[in-house]
Amino acid sequence: MPMPASRLLKTVRLLAVGSILGLGAAWAVHLWVPGDIGTQVTTASIGGPFELVDQNGRTRTQADLKGKFALIYFGFTYCPDACPTALVAMAEALDQIGPLAARVQPVFVTVDPERDTVEHMAAYVAAVDERLWGLTGSAAQVAQAAKAYRVFYRKATPQGGGEYLVDHTSLVYLMGPDGAYRAHFTHETTPERMAESLRKNIGG
Amino acid sequence: MRRRIFLASALLAASFSAAHAQPHPIEVQDPWARATLGQSRTGAAYLTLSATGPAADRLVAASSPVAAKTELHNHIMVGNVAQMRPVDAIEIAPGSPTLLQPGGLHIMLIDLKAPLQAGTSFPVTLTFEKAGAVTVQVAVRANRPAAPVGHGHTH
Ligand SMILES: [Cu+2]
Repeated sequence: MPMPASRLLKTVRLLAVGSILGLGAAWAVHLWVPGDIGTQVTTASIGGPFELVDQNGRTRTQADLKGKFALIYFGFTYCPDACPTALVAMAEALDQIGPLAARVQPVFVTVDPERDTVEHMAAYVAAVDERLWGLTGSAAQVAQAAKAYRVFYRKATPQGGGEYLVDHTSLVYLMGPDGAYRAHFTHETTPERMAESLRKNIGG
Repeated sequence: MRRRIFLASALLAASFSAAHAQPHPIEVQDPWARATLGQSRTGAAYLTLSATGPAADRLVAASSPVAAKTELHNHIMVGNVAQMRPVDAIEIAPGSPTLLQPGGLHIMLIDLKAPLQAGTSFPVTLTFEKAGAVTVQVAVRANRPAAPVGHGHTH
């Protein structure tokens, strides 16, 4: 292939990639969609309708979050590592922002409704933080909620039996009082950084 | 796939260097575990492993009377998806301690016979390829050491 042609092609490609990146940065933050690596989703599409039940047996829907900020994490109670880290960080971040915490609803949605019954969620929430909503539901209800928040999950079969684990998107979403995405964190984000982001988002 | 090949060659390199070394002790530091939350019947133990001699070793097994099953695990992130997977062994290279810590390598305690309560401790026996077995006491730590009683903070 002659040099000028390939060089031209490269330039065109660079320009195309550059303008896509530029537009993306101007419009919205992009997140990798896990489980479908190579595609991205605009953060504007995170969030949506759900109907689940909390640790007290009360039905909770998207409407219950209206007017409040929400910190939302999807995980499962048998998860010994990432989930406690994320949920404890959420609780500590709320402790750090003082009275502003009254404007934030922390939410934990299970991706393991088979084992995470209402009773299980109640015991778990009591051990983590009483402010938390521990939400579960039917397999279909959980799937709907996960879809709304672009959360991927999949049972991981254990070698030689025993308790299964669940692979899952490990992101804490901060949603605004309008139900729109504001920020996200990982289970490795410190409570300090989470608190800082909360102050900035609630204050501004 | 690439990951697996890399791991295989790393294991191979480690076993070659270990083949020429004398058995040596491994120092185990700060073994701890999170208190279990609610009715969860899985736990994770963390610690730091250091080779005090000039040669490498491998942690090949762990066991504890508190769990029906104990596995060596790694925590991997694929994009934003957290996955835990068993590993055959954990490498310990001289000169650089191997950290088992939240979000990474850990000793997975499966089907706990009782909840792990903060302030208690339990034994875990670690088996090394060269250094043999050693039992350590794992301290159970509270998830929220300074959890406030009330939630309304006043200034
Ligand atoms: Cu594990």
